[in-house]
Amino acid sequence: MIPHSAIFNQAKDRSFELDPAMAPNEDYHDILDRLEREGEWVVHRVPRPWVEEKNKYGRIKKIPVEKTWHHKSCGQCGHIPGYSTSVFWLNRKLGLDYLDPTDQTSCTAWNYYASATSNAAAQAAVAMRNFAAAYETGYFPIIHCATSFGHYKETREQLIHNPELRRQVREILGKLGKQLIMPEEIVHYSEWVHSVRERIAEKNVVDMSGLRATVHPACHYHKLIGEDAIYAPEVYGAQRSAIITGLLQALGMDVRDYSTWYDCCGFGFRHILVSRDFSRSFAVQRKIEVMKEEADPHVLITHDTGCVTTLDQSQFAAKAHGKNVGLPVMSDSQLAALSMGAHPYMVLQLHWHSTDVKPLLEKLGIDHKQKWAEFEAACAKLESGEKQYLTWEDAYA
Amino acid sequence: MPTLDLSGRNYRDVPYEQKERLFEEVKADMRFDDYLHGCYDCGICVAACPSARFYDFSPRKIAQTVSREDVDLFYLFLNDSVWDCSQCFSCDVCPRKNSPGGLITLMREVAVKNGLASAQEALEGYGRVVYKIMATGTQVSPDMLQDNAFPDWGPHVKDISKNLETWRRALPPETLHTTETSWQVDDKTITELYLIWHMTGVMDMIKEVDEGLFMILQDVMEERLEEAGYDDISFD
Repeated sequence: MIPHSAIFNQAKDRSFELDPAMAPNEDYHDILDRLEREGEWVVHRVPRPWVEEKNKYGRIKKIPVEKTWHHKSCGQCGHIPGYSTSVFWLNRKLGLDYLDPTDQTSCTAWNYYASATSNAAAQAAVAMRNFAAAYETGYFPIIHCATSFGHYKETREQLIHNPELRRQVREILGKLGKQLIMPEEIVHYSEWVHSVRERIAEKNVVDMSGLRATVHPACHYHKLIGEDAIYAPEVYGAQRSAIITGLLQALGMDVRDYSTWYDCCGFGFRHILVSRDFSRSFAVQRKIEVMKEEADPHVLITHDTGCVTTLDQSQFAAKAHGKNVGLPVMSDSQLAALSMGAHPYMVLQLHWHSTDVKPLLEKLGIDHKQKWAEFEAACAKLESGEKQYLTWEDAYA
Repeated sequence: MPTLDLSGRNYRDVPYEQKERLFEEVKADMRFDDYLHGCYDCGICVAACPSARFYDFSPRKIAQTVSREDVDLFYLFLNDSVWDCSQCFSCDVCPRKNSPGGLITLMREVAVKNGLASAQEALEGYGRVVYKIMATGTQVSPDMLQDNAFPDWGPHVKDISKNLETWRRALPPETLHTTETSWQVDDKTITELYLIWHMTGVMDMIKEVDEGLFMILQDVMEERLEEAGYDDISFD
């Protein structure tokens, strides 16, 4: 058998120049500015300080460090609550100002891609209502879900190229008493994690260097309006988006390649809810089993609601078929928080995950029995009425 | 794997004019020109497509059919194929810069808007999700995690369901203590969302595919809008 490293690490040897002069299209930043000058909308500028990253064509993308307005994900908050909790925890531990607002709806795109019970005008109005709500607070939107991120990029494209759609959405927002606001950048939270990865690594308290990891890049992050994703020569020679891998490398982890990296997770939007046999089969046969066979990882890290859901929750049923499963799955935010000493149950909320994370925690020297006992003791206080809620102070304990 | 019947005999009785009207509806969408620029027939989209691996489904065939304006085949795919798509947009890898996934989004919208029986069938069992998103502004909520709904996810779903109320109160972010919605949402925000559904014709689409769901949503929304002072708004 040909060794894995002989095949898959070759891609790292070739590097591509990220040259804006070679870009095949006009820079969206220029179009946003032009439309602002023409009075079509107000561009919400990225607040200082920001980090300058490069997109697929080498154009600068500004990533805000703080003063961020967190556009939450319905799936993360609904059934992987440690995902967004970890994003907030990272902000707090790094001492960064952020806002977790209640004036927001979901992007509604999960439903849109699943059932098509919506249309372009409605989707654009939902997006622009949320953007206007962010602008009113003075905080800059940062988007937790890759589908929201991809869909908002798609919506931006449609608004840029269709004056009639802009007119329609402006009229709707006018009735809501809002202006048409377009953010200077549409920023995914994992881009923020990537941008502060050195700060995360500086606060690293758990030795992650013994971990082998595989990465699943979310389709709606790097395929949907693929130009607007972050690339770096030091990550796969800029042939793949740099997100997640850059963080794991900063933490000293062994990031391993596998042949089906481009494949989706199998989420399918409607499939995960009403045709789950497809999602399960695809996730296990095209992702988990391939990773295990080719890369033998301790953990799989991804950066989207649907991907964590499908790759994690699909493994249980596959055990009954004797499939080669049992790979813990978590988000980059959860892993980053874990490396900085976050509580695996109070912050990462790993008890909402399907795959067994205990061997991984043991490998990292974390006493999961003790940590679970602490979580249960905290819950007992809630049930006895001693406390109504756990707070951030409890999570730091 | 069940195979698609491409003979056209299943839709022989549907008037050509009706099929053509739906095709023209797809073509008239402002997004259409961004999603189709011709097709090389190279099949790169199929190689990247997850659905093509498990269904008799081909993004290439969709792009080819629409490109060639084959109205009969379009109608067949509109009914028998588009709901297999995963909407991952892996097919955006197309060297001709097509988006077969985008074309399918448009086709699905037209199928819903026209109340096709195939769309109604595809969305059977999906009504509660549409209700959640339209009524609450979030697609999924913690209280949907019932072990009878997700038995294949594992025994932890039962634990979550049993401990839901406590485990939600155990979340440090204040906005996540909710169980019926993913996070706490302002009343004003929901009112604005209902106005958006009203002004963009989305409720008309719901009415076409699920009359019962439409009536439930209508009650919820009209009551809320009336309370907020929008007495004149009706979804009829």
